[in-house]
Amino acid sequence: MLSRHLARRIASRSTPRVVRLSHSLPDFQLNSVNEQDVEHFSKILPKTSILSTLAPISTESSELEPYNTDWMNKYHGKSNTVMRPRTTQEVSEIVKWCHERRIGVVPQGGNTGLVGGGVPVRDEVVLNLGSMNKIRSFDPVSGILVADAGCILESLSEYLAPQNHIMPLDLGAKGSCHIGGNVATNAGGLRLLRYGSLHGSVLGLEVVLPDGTILDQLSVLRKDNTGYDLKQLFIGSEGTLGIITGVSILTAPAPNSSNNVILALPSFDNVKPLFKEAKRQLSEIMSAFEFIDRTAYDLAVKHGQGRALNEGDVEGAECFVLVETSGGNREHDEAKLNGLLESLLEADQPLINTGVLSQSPAQFSQLWAIREGITEAVSKEGKAYKYDISIPLGSFKEVVDTTREHLRSKGVLHDGAVKHVIGYGHVGDGNLHLNIVAEAYTQEIEDALEPFVYELVAKYKGSVSAEHGIGLMKTHALHYSKNATSIDLMRRIKSLFDPHGIMNPGKVLP
Amino acid sequence: MRPTASRLLNILVPVKRTIDYAVKIRVNPDQKGVDLNVKHSMNPFDEIAVEEAVRLREKLKDAVKSIKVVTVGPPKAAETLRTALAMGADSGIHVEIPDSAPAPEPLGVAKALRAVIEKESGGVDLVILGKQAIDDDQGQTGQMLAGLLDWPQATFASKVVVDAGKKEANVTREIDGGLQEVKAKLPLIITTDLRCVSLRSLSVQWLILNSLHHSLNEPRYASLPNIMKAKKKPIQKLTPADLGIDLTPRIETIKVSEPAKRVGGGKVESVDELIAKLKEAGITAVKA
Ligand SMILES: Cc1cc2nc3c(=O)[nH]c(=O)nc-3n(C[C@H](O)[C@H](O)[C@H](O)COP(=O)(O)OP(=O)(O)OC[C@H]3O[C@@H](n4cnc5c(N)ncnc54)[C@H](O)[C@@H]3O)c2cc1C
Repeated sequence: MLSRHLARRIASRSTPRVVRLSHSLPDFQLNSVNEQDVEHFSKILPKTSILSTLAPISTESSELEPYNTDWMNKYHGKSNTVMRPRTTQEVSEIVKWCHERRIGVVPQGGNTGLVGGGVPVRDEVVLNLGSMNKIRSFDPVSGILVADAGCILESLSEYLAPQNHIMPLDLGAKGSCHIGGNVATNAGGLRLLRYGSLHGSVLGLEVVLPDGTILDQLSVLRKDNTGYDLKQLFIGSEGTLGIITGVSILTAPAPNSSNNVILALPSFDNVKPLFKEAKRQLSEIMSAFEFIDRTAYDLAVKHGQGRALNEGDVEGAECFVLVETSGGNREHDEAKLNGLLESLLEADQPLINTGVLSQSPAQFSQLWAIREGITEAVSKEGKAYKYDISIPLGSFKEVVDTTREHLRSKGVLHDGAVKHVIGYGHVGDGNLHLNIVAEAYTQEIEDALEPFVYELVAKYKGSVSAEHGIGLMKTHALHYSKNATSIDLMRRIKSLFDPHGIMNPGKVLP
Repeated sequence: MRPTASRLLNILVPVKRTIDYAVKIRVNPDQKGVDLNVKHSMNPFDEIAVEEAVRLREKLKDAVKSIKVVTVGPPKAAETLRTALAMGADSGIHVEIPDSAPAPEPLGVAKALRAVIEKESGGVDLVILGKQAIDDDQGQTGQMLAGLLDWPQATFASKVVVDAGKKEANVTREIDGGLQEVKAKLPLIITTDLRCVSLRSLSVQWLILNSLHHSLNEPRYASLPNIMKAKKKPIQKLTPADLGIDLTPRIETIKVSEPAKRVGGGKVESVDELIAKLKEAGITAVKA
């Protein structure tokens, strides 16, 4: 019995199911890291900051696993060397060497990216910024924060809290993602509606260019119209143009008063009029308006994300909306929010069934946890195909339903293949997260989904990536959202910065 | 005395407005108190008490005639009453004290509660309250109230079963190493626990964060229709003078101080350096 069991285990281990992630791996002529390289790296960095399976470091390859595997456990690199520099100077020297030796470099932050951009395609070295985690300065008058790229988003928020400021962005991955990674992916997240994109709040960057040169643009000026705004190129460049080592960012005054409410809607059709009404009545204090469809809600609850609403309150709800307000005056904000809620409940044809209003900071977090926990719940439920798309708000449900029906017609919507098709996201920004939760990643499902989803998005003149980026996952789909002229210009910019193509090879550009 | 009404229960739930447990406490520079200019909410133990009262009604239906909530506190404590009303209580009593008044002590509060109970024309059969408030951690009010009224008490309850017909209750209490079940006749005082005996040494905040699923119950969210209804439910305002009691504290706070700050760790480059550091700190190897 035992031996049979063992035999089966060994057999299944020796024949791992190889999932060809469609589009074959990109071709690039780069060199692998050898022992001489590691020898040289050890002169730049202390040995404790290098993980390498090569001598003289000789780390167990299992220790490199976390750096080679992405958050979804979908993309697997084969890097033999990971470095964790502590200073910009160290980064610069490593990159200079890689440039001369033509070794590929993958900048890595918290490795929470969802498009396979932060792990190697082959055996590029991984340059993880996690040890560069110091706050360089904070000016409580202007609210300008300058920090190392490897600072974790949540620690920056914690640092700012006693100084009554908040980061202009927030997302479910806050406990792991780095501010450098956020800038590199131009992360959107939950506060975009209120504080705008990083293209506005990032004031300056320090970047190590692909030849090792340090570009110091760590400006602390809000206004600076002196020629081309180079830093913008790095925001959202996903590590393909250089390594961000420092970030100067405008933080916002902490609101004195925040409230949130989850509303249960009988039909998706009510989302749009509700958004309009909420905007009209709450105006400047509305800071988030998030959409959660019923299946997404049920998954979050099933996997213990946040605390579920009372049973009676979810009955008959087709979807949910989380509205957050934040402002400077509690009485004023509560009066506005209560006004909205009263008018919603008392309307002749109510847009909502019911809802819950948080009564304490604890409940406030619990309500948010339902929304923020969806990503995690999905990853617990199965393997997720994530499409993070920008489309007109009115078509959110249509896109989810059309995709589900398409999968059904392809015969992959059943236990053992695709389990759920869900939609949630940032209504305020027209950003839908379309997730297909499957038992396993398979070619059949991928073929059913692509290019179907991308063509669907193109039909609505949407974007194939609203906020997660292109990474490795979507290079072949870039053309759905960028025309040939744009892609050609992007290529020329890439080769201007990175003539040897060492910086995050295979990512973003097809 | 009340032949027909005797089967109907009147429940009273005292609640307190405290600094929310998620807020980081900051000691005032004068070291006499903490910064109160932060988010407040209902004491979590009291939330459990309100929830339990509402669940008793859901179970016993019409046998529960009324659920009244009472608070002794500043004007803003009225919000805490509204939250309790939104959770399902019927009416509230606010024994209001000025913002400038010092925080009342357990004995004062227990006396105020006794006075409230004595004024209740329909009588009170069951008082359910938190076993402690997370701001001063006194944990005495329930017991003092039982003493003053000469009623039985079942403290630190993790399970409550009420037999309205027999007018008695079975209460399970978590005690070291097991459970204790006690039975008592009504009228009765019950204090609610979070049921986390093995974790007792940890901070209350931690306990609450981690024991949501272990408490007597999980307090419900206030739903919008109930919040709207709660606005119309009656709250009776009283002063300590109306009740003929004096809330002047008998205890003087000498000093409030923060726990010692945790010092961050450092990194060493080698085993030798680690050993050197350990020696520096006065830690030496045990001779075999
Ligand atoms: C639970 C969860 C919720 C999320 N929610 C959102 C959301 O609401 N909105 C949103 O936009 N995204 C969201 N994401 C994805 C988001 O892109 C990442 O979480 C985050 O912005 C990436 O930061 P990171 O430090 O983890 O970067 P990584 O994953 O390490 O890297 C991402 C990309 O940036 C590059 N990179 C990283 N650091 C640097 C650097 N210092 N210099 C140059 N390039 C660098 C990498 O090469 C890679 O291409 C979520 C992810 C998770 C897991």
